[in-house]
Amino acid sequence: MALDRWIAFIILCVASAYAYAAFFTMDQLLPPFMQRNPIWPSTFPKVLSVMAILTSLVILLGFEKPTVEDSAPEIDYRRLGDYHLFQALALLGLMVAYALLLRPAGFLLSTVGFLTIGGIVLGERKLYILIPVALIATGIVWYLVERVLGIFLSPLPFFL
Amino acid sequence: MLEGLLIGLQTALSFQNLIMVIAGCLIGTFIGMLPGLGPMSIIAIMIPVAISMGDPSAALILLAGVYYGAIFGGSTSSILLNAPGVAGTVASSFDGYPMARKGQAGKALTIAAIASFAGGTLGAVLLMIFAPALSSVALLFHSAEYFALMVVGLSAIAAFAGTGQVAKALLMTLVGLIMATVGEGALFNMPRFTMGIMDLQSGFGFITLAMAMFALPEALFLVLKKKEMSGDGGKIENLRITRKEGKAIAPVIGRQSLQGFFIGVLPGAGATIASFLGYAVERNLATKEEQAEFGKGSIKGLAAPETANNAACTGSFVPLLTLGIPGSGTTAILLGALIALNVTPGPRLMIDEPQVFWAVIMSMFIGNLVLLVLNLPLIPYIAKVLSIPRNYLIPFILFFTLMGAYIGQNNATELLILVGFGVCATALKFADYPLAPLLIGFILGRMMEDNFARSMQLYDGMSFIIDRPMTLALLVIAALLVVLPSYRARRAAARARGVSEGD
Repeated sequence: MALDRWIAFIILCVASAYAYAAFFTMDQLLPPFMQRNPIWPSTFPKVLSVMAILTSLVILLGFEKPTVEDSAPEIDYRRLGDYHLFQALALLGLMVAYALLLRPAGFLLSTVGFLTIGGIVLGERKLYILIPVALIATGIVWYLVERVLGIFLSPLPFFL
Repeated sequence: MLEGLLIGLQTALSFQNLIMVIAGCLIGTFIGMLPGLGPMSIIAIMIPVAISMGDPSAALILLAGVYYGAIFGGSTSSILLNAPGVAGTVASSFDGYPMARKGQAGKALTIAAIASFAGGTLGAVLLMIFAPALSSVALLFHSAEYFALMVVGLSAIAAFAGTGQVAKALLMTLVGLIMATVGEGALFNMPRFTMGIMDLQSGFGFITLAMAMFALPEALFLVLKKKEMSGDGGKIENLRITRKEGKAIAPVIGRQSLQGFFIGVLPGAGATIASFLGYAVERNLATKEEQAEFGKGSIKGLAAPETANNAACTGSFVPLLTLGIPGSGTTAILLGALIALNVTPGPRLMIDEPQVFWAVIMSMFIGNLVLLVLNLPLIPYIAKVLSIPRNYLIPFILFFTLMGAYIGQNNATELLILVGFGVCATALKFADYPLAPLLIGFILGRMMEDNFARSMQLYDGMSFIIDRPMTLALLVIAALLVVLPSYRARRAAARARGVSEGD
């Protein structure tokens, strides 16, 4: 099964769960006075879930013939190994780490780390350029966000 | 209208707003030049900055400047490197790159700048004429019509935006609408579909979603596939064009401004279609010997798509400013930014906040002028950005997307949502699902449900669909938009095979 039909299948599952929530779990919670309303919080989701299930079935069962593929896709997902998959995954992991460390480690430390390690993952070896660039950029961004835009970013690790 | 123009001039010519236009154009050109980063990502990255300025006119002026700059920057990289940064400028590389190869890079850039300027300016004039007329019609609309109009807009986007596969685009729109129902709605004080997670109480963040849908997949594509970014950005000289060349492209610019503008007004069409169509039309109109030049460095072939895509960008502001319904991914992001700034685009915009409306139009003129006068001479220097090594560039792009999502909510969970959705969006992009309909559905979802609920309450049921002929007509149009393309594709496929289908 091709990727687009797998995705349609996943969306079908999500839409079914959504439909279950909309049809069977929401209406009992509604206070009695709101039940006299012509529209309930679940009305719109019910319509949407039915339409989404039908549309994803159309794709899953292949009712709509795919158009002739005349143009080569930008990236062929069947041969992901040919591309820099490791770098992409490492960067995604780095972004998750950044999200988790931003509060405890503080903005300055985590950002410098993110920019430096990101550069190293991509193959940069000139650390004597990379680290100063990361330091300066972090400083500038912190100054702009904190002082110019006035949004608080805790700069230092939690214990300082 | 004269009064409005003066209000707009007064707002747009304030020192702060002038700085905004210039900064926006420069930033847009700068980032738009990087291959793989489209205007949607750039605007998504700039939104936190714009929102925290607090002044809606200044924010919209900045973002519009970024939009223009990005389109212009995209054409620069497609001319110099044959690496279009934006889908709307792919057609510019057909003739722009051969010109650059022949050593006429400077001339090609000048033609691109002049064509963009003319297209953008004529588009803004048309916007000035059509927007007030359309918005006085739109004032007659009732919430039932608004609901129907949004359905039309969404189905038009589903019908035109995808790569011919309506079901996929429709499914993406529905997913967007479903995502919009997460969190507390305005009409019912009751959290829905939050699965008990507190962070979802207020719904998904729109900036987070915009970043995850556009900026992150584009950055990941840059990582996955090393594009050659080393060009000879150093030797751009001889920016002049001759009088004869000017005469040759003048009619092309005139025609394509009109055509591009009207294509831009249609929801779902936008700059990409306008530029390809403009290129095709001009090639058919040209004389035999000129036709042979197309694809080998014809100035007409460069001027046509450049004019059309800028005029279409301006045209796409018409439905946004008059109806409050975005027709493209970029204007959808702008709509989200405006709502965050407490301005609701729509027919009342011109009455309630004339300074916003007219300032945007005036800043379009100023922005185009800035692009021509300021950016063009700077291009040889700005092109140096193409020599930034990607080892430095990509971490910074990722960092800015993270920052954008974080600043808006000050919540680190938002970053995890961003990465999660980013991965999903990349998978969707692999499978050729269009992403813009999802975001447009997400942004319109709330408004659509509110209008639907309001008309349901007014008519105590579904009868508003039959009682109001305009609503019914609009809904029928919406249904036709979805059904017709797939029906025609089926017919065409059947005819191509020579046999009719069994069912």
